[in-house]
Amino acid sequence: MTPVATAFFFYFLAFMAVVSAIAVITRRNPVHAALSLIVTLLSLAGLYLMLYAPFVAAVQIVLYAGGIMVLFLFVIMLVNLEQNIREYQWNKQWLLGILLAVSLGGLLLFVFQRGYDIFPKTLAGLPEGQNTQQVGIWLYGNYMLPFEIASLLLLVAIVGAVVMAKKRI
Amino acid sequence: MGEISTLHYLVLSAALFMIGTVGVLTRRNVIIILMSIELILNAVNLNLVAFSRLYGLHGQIFAIFVITDAAAEAAVGLGIIIAFFRNKETVNVDEVDLLRW
Repeated sequence: MTPVATAFFFYFLAFMAVVSAIAVITRRNPVHAALSLIVTLLSLAGLYLMLYAPFVAAVQIVLYAGGIMVLFLFVIMLVNLEQNIREYQWNKQWLLGILLAVSLGGLLLFVFQRGYDIFPKTLAGLPEGQNTQQVGIWLYGNYMLPFEIASLLLLVAIVGAVVMAKKRI
Repeated sequence: MGEISTLHYLVLSAALFMIGTVGVLTRRNVIIILMSIELILNAVNLNLVAFSRLYGLHGQIFAIFVITDAAAEAAVGLGIIIAFFRNKETVNVDEVDLLRW
């Protein structure tokens, strides 16, 4: 049986992700940037499906593209950006920032090129039919304590967000 | 086009990480900076899921934890932006200089 996920899908989704990610950091209007970020998130969800991770792909669409982006769009709506759009969008250290990021990328590529041989040659068995079941068993078994800490973190974040956005405390 | 290996995913993830870093370091609008942080977190997630193809399910579990952290960070960060805009009437990060001397 030939796999459905061919190389064409990878290059297509990667192209979409990178182009819309560049659009996120170059658009002047934050609403356009948020919409481009949604395209990036959806293409990454497609890549997760190609990597046999359907649960993570579903969480990516529901939580990121559905939840977090709605939060961003609401804040863009609440904050009045009309005069900000007419201002200069880049700060004084932009050249240094781009140089640092490019050198970081070069370092990463160097490490990948040198360290690729230590990756295992065989793939792990990930039956995608039981992926969600397996993730549930791991979350409530081995990763019980981190799961509880994550729920505590979300509680603290809710309280923090309410306190931050309140007019007077 | 050839077989897609883990290295392809790692290079794509490095590219997204770089784009996010450039966004954080160069933009003035704090909302765009938060979106760039989301890009960085997504690059890390792609790395984790790509490695979970090699090493088993742990990477996917960690990706879910990273998504949880991203949600918490976005909620608190956007709350800070609202408080900030209410005090200073701006969303540019270089105009917040109360702690500078």
